[in-house]
Amino acid sequence: MKILEIKHVTKRFGGLTAVNNVTFDLEEGEILGLIGPNGAGKTTLFNCINGVYKPTEGQVIFKGQDITGLPTYKSAHIGLSRTHQIVRPLNELTVLENAMVGACYGRENMKLSDARKTAMEMLAFVGMEERFDVLAGTLNVAQKKRLEMARALSAKPYLLLLDEVLAGLNTAEVTHMLDTIRKIREQGVTIIMIEHIMHAVMSLSDRLIVLNYGSLIAEGSPEEVSQNPEVIEAYLGDPDLAARLLEEDKA
Amino acid sequence: MKRLFKPGLLIPIAIIIVLAIWPLLSGNSASSREAMFTLIMSMALASSLNIILGYTGYVSFGHIVFFGIGGYAGFWAITVLGWHILPAALLGGLIAALIAWLLGLAVLRLRGAYFALATIGILEAMKALVVNLDFLGGPVGMEMHFSEYKRYGGPMQSLWMIYWSMVILAIIVVVVSYFIKTSKFGLGLMAIREDEDAAEVMGVITPRAKTWAYVLSAVFPGIIGVLFFFKNGNIEPGDAFRLHFSIEWIVMIMLGGAGTVLGPIFGGGVYQWLRKTLLTSPLFKNYQLVVAGVMLLLIVLFVPTGVIGWLRARSAKLRRIFE
Ligand SMILES: Nc1ncnc2c1ncn2[C@@H]1O[C@H](COP(=O)(O)OP(=O)(O)OP(=O)(O)O)[C@@H](O)[C@H]1O
Ligand SMILES: [Mg+2]
Repeated sequence: MKILEIKHVTKRFGGLTAVNNVTFDLEEGEILGLIGPNGAGKTTLFNCINGVYKPTEGQVIFKGQDITGLPTYKSAHIGLSRTHQIVRPLNELTVLENAMVGACYGRENMKLSDARKTAMEMLAFVGMEERFDVLAGTLNVAQKKRLEMARALSAKPYLLLLDEVLAGLNTAEVTHMLDTIRKIREQGVTIIMIEHIMHAVMSLSDRLIVLNYGSLIAEGSPEEVSQNPEVIEAYLGDPDLAARLLEEDKA
Repeated sequence: MKRLFKPGLLIPIAIIIVLAIWPLLSGNSASSREAMFTLIMSMALASSLNIILGYTGYVSFGHIVFFGIGGYAGFWAITVLGWHILPAALLGGLIAALIAWLLGLAVLRLRGAYFALATIGILEAMKALVVNLDFLGGPVGMEMHFSEYKRYGGPMQSLWMIYWSMVILAIIVVVVSYFIKTSKFGLGLMAIREDEDAAEVMGVITPRAKTWAYVLSAVFPGIIGVLFFFKNGNIEPGDAFRLHFSIEWIVMIMLGGAGTVLGPIFGGGVYQWLRKTLLTSPLFKNYQLVVAGVMLLLIVLFVPTGVIGWLRARSAKLRRIFE
């Protein structure tokens, strides 16, 4: 069953077209990788999906319901959660309270006491339960990324939008995070992940889509997409260099 | 029920009760009653403002507008309609809440400095409006006839009645403040304070939450305004809408710790004590506002979280004691 349908979505900022007539579908339970060079419009596309921006044109259909331009809180209520590329912890609140906001105001609209339980579980799930009582502002970047994740999961979403959750993490932290993402999928949550780390996104995704200058230039399995010369060209401007880098990634 | 027996709630209530019975214990009860009235009133006002300023992060600079509006509404009901003080006080709170709700629809869309400036604009506009309303006495205001107090057993009884009403009200404000802070609603407000866009992405219905916070922060100043001006015996625009009072509330909150239950109580106490000390010192007598300004500057620069906020940031254990 289709959980999300993006139909001809365009977002313009003044003269700049950040997302240009993008169309794709997402099956329930799928992990979709969203890649593309810097400034390609990936984050803007996320913002159009969960209502931070209203698309200039086009439609966003979630579980059969037109949610184009719905306020972000409404998309949270119907089961859409996300993490932010630039982490946005609620600094003066504790780690637990941060996750509780997700649980209280997310899809299940939990009471405070239930929210506390769920938040604790999700913190444990991402490996943050020991720090539940510290202020979120005091965490390091890797921990803040985990917190973003726990907060989004506490909302019990159907669809999770992950915006570069691996960026800025070291190798061990990346491995840990990949594990976590796999486990989230096992629980039946559908995921779209924006990622620059190729080997990671290749190994996790069932399918990839590629944005370049706001347009969707390729779609397919990781193998298909990584072989697509247009993608390699877009990604690095230099196909030879791209090919070499991809080789290194596999190694 | 379990939420009632927590130090976070009991400490501020205990402080208010001890202060409240002080005039009974000390010999010179009239003047210490007046001092305590001012102190407890400012604690209640600062606590109310803290709901929108401290929990929600919206700096309502001209918050005294609700004190003035409530005061005028209640005063008018008492002197013109002949109402008893109790329903008049409730009317004051209700009108203040209603106006906060209407204003909130417009100004709560603004963020940061724009919101703060808008609240000053509202205050000045309201003052100008009242000055031009003849049925509220225009620029001269209104007087309470002396016989009004007879109803409550004479002026002396009236003063004590207002005093104890103020004490009860202050305790109610603290209880409300504590319940907001420890509720789901309060968690949503604090999420808004920390990052409004992130809060909305997480599902907090920010327009609704902010409006409620603004309304709740306006109700009690509205009621308190009625008590104050009833006790005062007259009301005029200059007293009802005096910007520098609301700035003093902000200093109290910042001193104690914005967004904490105890902060405005603690900060109110310290500030009023300092003010009294300075008032009686010939050196500082004329520089009260300067001192308030300098204090605000020092706090913002060096202890932006306030004393209680600073303590709470130390450890999780302290966070369980001080809400
Ligand atoms: N609010 C905005 N106003 C104006 N321009 C914007 C805004 N948000 C994004 N843009 C522009 O839209 C384009 C796409 O930005 P976006 O952040 O979506 O890219 P991205 O693919 O997420 O890039 P990165 O990989 O660097 O995160 C960029 O040129 C950016 O400058
Ligand atoms: Mg981005």
